[in-house]
Amino acid sequence: MTVSEPRARRLPRLSATGVYTSLIVAAVVVILPLTVVLFTSMKTPEELASGESVLAPPDDWFNFGNYATAFQRGHIARALLNTTIILVVSVTGTVFIGSMAAYAIDRFRFRFRSLVLGLFLFATLVPSITTQVTTFQVIDQLGLFNTRLAPIALYMGTDIVAIYIFLQFIRGIPASVDEAARIDGASYFTIYRRIILPLMKPAIATVVIVKGIAVYNDFYIPFLYMPDSRLGTMSTALFRFKGPSGAHWEQISAGTILVIVPTLVVFLALQRFIYSGLTKGTGK
Amino acid sequence: MRALTPWTFLVVPLAFLVAFSYVPIVNMVVYSFTDWDGISPDYTFTGLDNYTEIFTRRELFEVFLTSLYYLGASVIQIVLALYFAMVLSFNLRFRNLFKGIIFFPYLVNGVAIGFVFLYFFQPGGTFDTFLGAFGIGGGHLWLGDPDLVNYSLAGVSVWRFLGLNFVLFLGGIQSIPSELYEAAEMDGANRRQIFRHIVAPMLRPLIGLSTILAVSGSLSVFEIPYIMTGGSGNSETFVIQTVKLAFQFNKTGLASAAAVVLLLLILLVTWVQRRLVPDRRTEIS
Repeated sequence: MTVSEPRARRLPRLSATGVYTSLIVAAVVVILPLTVVLFTSMKTPEELASGESVLAPPDDWFNFGNYATAFQRGHIARALLNTTIILVVSVTGTVFIGSMAAYAIDRFRFRFRSLVLGLFLFATLVPSITTQVTTFQVIDQLGLFNTRLAPIALYMGTDIVAIYIFLQFIRGIPASVDEAARIDGASYFTIYRRIILPLMKPAIATVVIVKGIAVYNDFYIPFLYMPDSRLGTMSTALFRFKGPSGAHWEQISAGTILVIVPTLVVFLALQRFIYSGLTKGTGK
Repeated sequence: MRALTPWTFLVVPLAFLVAFSYVPIVNMVVYSFTDWDGISPDYTFTGLDNYTEIFTRRELFEVFLTSLYYLGASVIQIVLALYFAMVLSFNLRFRNLFKGIIFFPYLVNGVAIGFVFLYFFQPGGTFDTFLGAFGIGGGHLWLGDPDLVNYSLAGVSVWRFLGLNFVLFLGGIQSIPSELYEAAEMDGANRRQIFRHIVAPMLRPLIGLSTILAVSGSLSVFEIPYIMTGGSGNSETFVIQTVKLAFQFNKTGLASAAAVVLLLLILLVTWVQRRLVPDRRTEIS
């Protein structure tokens, strides 16, 4: 957003109390369920069984035993590795696919151009969950079922929001930049690679953030396409805590916190980019 | 040569688009007219049988009613998001902290949210304890009671998605030039008038967008109920049912027809919304 710091308008004094009360209530509603899980993750099974209130803080604030167990038994290291591989490959792929398509559609006039554009834009309207029944057959026939390539291909090929973001952005890059390079003898590929791509950095940042969050959090694609437990992602590895750990809430809580912490770190580090990225990227 | 250049850039993107978006869509429509089980090498065309089955077998269609809970919840969600966006557009103390807290749930992993609220709603869990502090008796099975489960799950959905609407609205409000407010204030407009005549018109496209997201989101709810209850006791949604039909009961034909119905509904909603509120996206091309 190009907006400068929000205006320093003050709240009328009368309503201030009501407004702060409502904000504090909202903050409690958000934080309370998470805090209880954090507390539980540091309690021993005996503490949990003792019948004291769930709101009671743990006896030992540094009891990270459940985390060690959850990390080991939930194969979180492997899940983190799988998620990282899938995330890096599919986000990189999305950036190239989206920017190439945007470059071709915006900078060239060719037959079927509006048909191609229409195909991309129509696909953004189709919620991918509705087509899973038959997408499954495609993945299966390509031999991608139960491989990391299944989610990678699906993240690159379905969610087309990236193309929309790139198309909007590339229109702001003057065509004279390309033409100057063209006169200097640069090929179209060089122009894309050396001029367009570097100039699209802000759009790339937006796509990386929006897509990265979506991939890290996605549950049903890895769940449907990678049932192999060695291919667990952060989402599916956590989901499997439901089975073997039964009602071991101290371990489930620790696993849950382990999955949330990376999100919190990324959020605190990239807050401003995330806000503006989502504002731009929710054209879907 | 130049005529071919754009296609060299489009080959890969189009290949992915066709393989993973259009082949499934076309297949889905074809299978929806068959009795295919997803495994056998062949199938027979059964005409509109699957569609008739969906609309006449009550238990198949009834799951759409579950969406109404989520639709109701998203109305509450949009209203709350508007309120908090209005409030936090003022220069408040701890403004960024509150903004961050209200927004953060949107970023949290869905499975993690599912577990957090499974624990939250347990008998004697956080919710019961909290209510108990106000003297409200417990004994409710928030997730086990078929009459309550959809309220609980829709509540979780508000917790999760409020932040997105809120940030969108806040961005919209902050892009309104401050001169407009000042002029209105100078003319003696009160806050309700400012909202009605300045903020609301500027936010209309965003509210329209949130409405489509809310309706299509309510129709295609899957994650939260699937993770938390597996669709048991009245909490089954249309998508959970479709996924079960396809992957547990091998009724690929029927599941495809169900998915086509859902897709058409969502396209219809989008179309109606576009007619009512002109869209920014049509500017492309």
